Amino acid sequence: MSNKKGNILQAQELAKQIPAVERLKKGPVAIIECIEEIPCNPCVESCPQGAISMPGGLNAVPILDWEKCTGCGLCISACPGLAIFVVDLTEGREQARVALPYEFIPLPQKGERVVALDRQGNELGPAEVLRVQQGKRLDRTCIITIAVPREWALAARNIRRAER
Amino acid sequence: MRITEHPILSFKQGRRISFKLDGKTLPGCEGQTVAAALHAAGVSTYRKSPQLQRPRGFFCAIGKCSSCLMTVDGVPNVRVCITPLQEGMEVQSTPGKGCLPDEDPVPAWPWPEHYADRILETEVAIVGAGPAGLSAAVETTGLGAETIIIDENDRIGGQLIKQTHMFFGSKKQHAKVRGIDIAPLLLDQIEGSKARIMLGATVVGFYDDKVLAIVRGGEFFGLRAKKIIMASGASENMLAFQNCDLPGVYGAGAVQTLMNVYGIIPGNRVLMVGAGNIGLIVSYQLLQAGVEVAEVIEAAPRIGGYQVHAAKIRRAGVPISTGHTIEKALGTEKVEGAVVARVDESWDLIPGTQRELEVETICLAVGLSPTVELLFQAGCQSWYVPELGGHVVAHDENLETTVRGVYVTGDASGIEEASTAMLEGRLAGLCAAESLGKKAASGKREEIIDQIRELRAGPFGEKARRGKEKMSRETWSHVQQKR
Repeated sequence: MSNKKGNILQAQELAKQIPAVERLKKGPVAIIECIEEIPCNPCVESCPQGAISMPGGLNAVPILDWEKCTGCGLCISACPGLAIFVVDLTEGREQARVALPYEFIPLPQKGERVVALDRQGNELGPAEVLRVQQGKRLDRTCIITIAVPREWALAARNIRRAER
Repeated sequence: MRITEHPILSFKQGRRISFKLDGKTLPGCEGQTVAAALHAAGVSTYRKSPQLQRPRGFFCAIGKCSSCLMTVDGVPNVRVCITPLQEGMEVQSTPGKGCLPDEDPVPAWPWPEHYADRILETEVAIVGAGPAGLSAAVETTGLGAETIIIDENDRIGGQLIKQTHMFFGSKKQHAKVRGIDIAPLLLDQIEGSKARIMLGATVVGFYDDKVLAIVRGGEFFGLRAKKIIMASGASENMLAFQNCDLPGVYGAGAVQTLMNVYGIIPGNRVLMVGAGNIGLIVSYQLLQAGVEVAEVIEAAPRIGGYQVHAAKIRRAGVPISTGHTIEKALGTEKVEGAVVARVDESWDLIPGTQRELEVETICLAVGLSPTVELLFQAGCQSWYVPELGGHVVAHDENLETTVRGVYVTGDASGIEEASTAMLEGRLAGLCAAESLGKKAASGKREEIIDQIRELRAGPFGEKARRGKEKMSRETWSHVQQKR
């Protein structure tokens, strides 16, 4: 169980959800920031690779098989808790990519410069929007993919539009 | 004040109409309630308290708390939060306690004999068209029982109509579907030829022989049912602090109703009191509506709701302060600010830790209480079980109360999530229909019970589990004592 005293999930509490560096370098992978035993399982069904499992039943914490995960991102908008992100730290690329669920308006545009925020809502710095996914299948939970410096890949979890 | 664009909802603005407040003409829209129209017109005080003449606005916005009583077209003590606005309506701030107009046809006693010719008959009556009530109707009508559903709102769905977030649970419980989209799904599953839905109808009495007294519009009539399922939901809890009665102190559900049903923002800057799931979810929904959430405070040392809900608002920059309480609301006619402070382990305010927040709205998400008054009137055995939200009526595994043929389901049977309410509704519906001699598929009842158990199996279901056990234990020892 997480220690919820004070505020919010800290990186060390999420350590188990984050794959090893070798896997991260191989390509995009989902990070499921859901570490409490809550009755919820849409992520399991959403994965076309069968990479997400909950062996302990409906209340178990989801387990992601990092080797099976292709980083397709279908689980992002399926998660009612908006707790799934896809991180792409492919080796050799200058920047990392983070795909995150987004339910605010106005939506950013592709190519727009936004401000990347961490889990506490603190500003990390500028990021570029690479992709904006929306549509019926996503049911109003849009997926925004941003490019950020590699060192922010495990910290950037939200965006703020710069020109607000 | 109006929400024009929203990431989840689209608001169809009704025809513009006008109404009168104490003789002054105000604009409104068809489809709004009187309370929503007043709020949109910038009116937050609806009346003065009879004794101390303190300003009063709405609090719950779903017809439960009676904070918003006004005189409408000459009728005093009308709950304007559930009264649909009509062209030319004359709304007045009720002075004092209000008195009935002379010509009002006060029902004569004794009842029901006097109105015997106005008693409808049905096999099953369901009170409440929210997630539990609609689910109950899916089962009763599916098994062929004549069913009448009564609800005092002018639309079905209960509180589902403002739940813009995706539900948790599994596919069987509509997980991943937004609450706002669930009521139509349930309605589709109700066997129409067996169901009648009476909206805008309030059950005002529960009489012997399972007769419900119902008021709809100016009509007063009875409904006799062989089985009655009470799915009357819950009401928002108030918190006692200085000035807690000021207009602008609203229940979290009221804030949701205002912004997600009527497209009106409650205020530009909000303090949320309570970091359980409701407080966290409504804070997120406020952000989605473009409202600033100044802070979420929680008296307990830790966040009570799901971490994932907390994470959504934290990464948007909203501070969550645990171990904090509200000392007072600031303002004289309406909320202009709040004073919050730290509390110690015994939840006592620590002097000197006060700080002032500039907010227009104080939103209370400090729990719900089951709506059980009609069941008390029916003579159901009740217990006080804090784990279930307060006074609850005793019920067995099939949700039947101590008055045979009367069932309780959803939040009325103890506060839980809407997913559980839908399953409990189905269970009560199925059991009520079976007791009428209808045959359900074998194993269906057990399957529903298993699903409920599964939803409650985790750490967040512990409270409900404990509450239900306590309720059964109390009931059992009471039965033994009586023998």
